[in-house]
Amino acid sequence: MNSQPTPIDDTVPAGEPWMGVVKAGQTLRIVDLEGNQAVDTLFYNAADTTEHYSAQNTIQAQRRIYLTTGTVLLSNRGRPMLRIAEDTCGRHDTLGGACSSESNTVRYALEKRHMHSCRDSFLLALARHDRGMTKRDLPSNINFFMNVPVTPTGGLRFADGISAAGRHVDLLALMDTLVLISNCPQLNNPCNAYNPTPILVRTLGVTSRESA
Amino acid sequence: MLRATDPTTHLWDEELPGGSHWSSILRRGVVLRLTALADDANVAALFYSREQPLERYNMADTLKAQHTAHLTTGCVCYSDMGRILCSVIGDTCGWHDPLCGLTDADAITAKYGATRFQEQRNSRYVSGREAMLVELGKYGLGPRDLVANVNFFSKVVVDDDGAMRLATGHAKAGQHVDLRFEMDTIVLLHAGPHPLASGPAYVPAGVRLDAYRAPPMAADDPCRTRCPENARGFINTERLHAGLAESA
Repeated sequence: MNSQPTPIDDTVPAGEPWMGVVKAGQTLRIVDLEGNQAVDTLFYNAADTTEHYSAQNTIQAQRRIYLTTGTVLLSNRGRPMLRIAEDTCGRHDTLGGACSSESNTVRYALEKRHMHSCRDSFLLALARHDRGMTKRDLPSNINFFMNVPVTPTGGLRFADGISAAGRHVDLLALMDTLVLISNCPQLNNPCNAYNPTPILVRTLGVTSRESA
Repeated sequence: MLRATDPTTHLWDEELPGGSHWSSILRRGVVLRLTALADDANVAALFYSREQPLERYNMADTLKAQHTAHLTTGCVCYSDMGRILCSVIGDTCGWHDPLCGLTDADAITAKYGATRFQEQRNSRYVSGREAMLVELGKYGLGPRDLVANVNFFSKVVVDDDGAMRLATGHAKAGQHVDLRFEMDTIVLLHAGPHPLASGPAYVPAGVRLDAYRAPPMAADDPCRTRCPENARGFINTERLHAGLAESA
């Protein structure tokens, strides 16, 4: 056969970034191993990272703010990047963005600046992988497994989670996609019961164990 | 609070025709009033720190800090660095959309038809994305700097299932919103249709800009006192300016 895409099968502890490439046609599964863990995620065209997931293009096209089965994740150029093929959680957030040490000072207390945050994880991953990407390349992300409802009167709530241990979301790549994840280290927010937990990131189908 | 004709505080005014785009640097302590010149106006806006444009308006931080999915008097626009670029100190419209983003060229063509300068001259249809990219380019910025924007004068309501609906008949001619700049800020504007506008006619409203010298911040400033988060955002912003002369 032609070159098989490299399978992915990684457990990502809380507070760690993860970066990898999913080839067009591969399906990436993200598993919320212990429940209500925020998985802050960005997608880039692996061949040109100035094309990236766009929350605005995506919610405009489906005229709906939540992501679930059937949602096509669109890029900032309006092109389909991935499709949510299966979702046992039911709803994922794309408005709440990623925590940062600076936003923690605003949201919680000025003294919280030193605590670990998703945007620090994103920046560390970008530096480690040295593709020329910087903070400029961090648009608004997806929070898989997070429930951030907008109320009819225009409020925004961080509601109790609707995920649970073992729930997963499957993403079929429609282009070769660079995936950037921060497995959220937030300790100040009840949405994860103040307890960040590990996730599993794996490609479906051909894996090192299942293939001959 | 601000009287439109007060010569002691009024600095300048300018009119943006419907469909046009604009940018400038607004200094800390200046209020920019946007006034809708026709019903159903929409003004897309983006904000970048003049000092370090990598510090830029952040939709998510703005929504999370204030537990809101719409902007009105008392709300502020946060940068990604925990600071406040500008504050909404007055608003006769009542609801501005921070969720929906910009139109792109394909959407404009599909909804309103294709136009070119050759035939339509300056009444050609320009997408929000291209308008912003042109203005970003004037500061050495580009597609990587194009983040989620605010759509002033547009109201988008979200139902329990997450479906979004653009409220019809929301903005009226003459309504205004006052933005007080808390940092020197690169401001980008596009007076174009909202991405959820149904069409079929491309008739974007114009907008009038009036700049004022901001009055001193009162102890009961509606933006600072809206929530403890905003009080901390102002402290972060004041620390940026610590040591500078108080007024220019």
